[in-house]
Amino acid sequence: MITEFDKKLLNYIQTNLPISSTPFADMAKELGSTEEIVLNRVKELKDAGYIRKIGAFFNSEKLGYVSALVAVKLDNKYIEQIAEKISSYSGVTHNYQREGEFEIWFTLSALTEAEQEEILNEIRSQKGVESVLKLPAIDKYRVNVQFELV
Amino acid sequence: MLDNIDKKIISFLNESFPVESRPYKKIADELNITEEEVLSRVKGYKDTGKLRKMGAVLRHRNVGFKTNVLCVWKVSEDKFKEVADIMLTESAITHCYSRVSYPEWPYNFYTMIHAADKTECENIVKRLSEKTKLEDYKMLYSIFEWKKESMKYFT
Repeated sequence: MITEFDKKLLNYIQTNLPISSTPFADMAKELGSTEEIVLNRVKELKDAGYIRKIGAFFNSEKLGYVSALVAVKLDNKYIEQIAEKISSYSGVTHNYQREGEFEIWFTLSALTEAEQEEILNEIRSQKGVESVLKLPAIDKYRVNVQFELV
Repeated sequence: MLDNIDKKIISFLNESFPVESRPYKKIADELNITEEEVLSRVKGYKDTGKLRKMGAVLRHRNVGFKTNVLCVWKVSEDKFKEVADIMLTESAITHCYSRVSYPEWPYNFYTMIHAADKTECENIVKRLSEKTKLEDYKMLYSIFEWKKESMKYFT
């Protein structure tokens, strides 16, 4: 169960873990708690599956990666093997099946445009793949996986 | 430019940030540099926009946001900014991008919505459609998650 304190802690840690020598002690001070309590609770919330990841979230483009969302239209008979092939690439971090005429949607990051194209061409050549659309972003208005718990 | 130490720090921060009293000291010890140097490099990533945030991402299904829908809209390109301003009034929108389109897929504006259930998603989209006066859109509910993990950099 999530307590009122957990909600405060999760709302805080989602937005801003201080970049300081003792980030959890600093956070504890803000929450009116102690470093020990905060550290233990963060570990427990992670083990219990509430926290997916704790650490750094980078802007991959600024680290030199090219990325895109990719939509795939396919023959549903082959969806499983196509989805597994797509997931096998380390640059594919999200791969979802969705309703609609394009059933597979995945994100792809690569170090060069050439590497990105090579991977997309390999996917295009898979049995059952009908169309692969590369959908790079023009502008990003919000990138913010944050959930306010009330 | 990023040097080899930066690449190691980035991997560490991204993949195995230590949940302990002095996480940056732990990283510094692993890399044989000082804690001050690690901290000053990390602040540098933040200042230059390479680092979006230090913190946590929750498993949305476990904290009450069980449904996610990618809603795609057809927007005239000169209206992107205006439409984005309206879309961002909804806190349920976690991602909002304009993207290239194709004749076979004319949608060029993408909003990811996380909510408790389908009804809530539909209400949000209905509101946004009214406010933006956009009528050509599709709601692509996720049926199955084949893969979801964090990017591993410089591996």
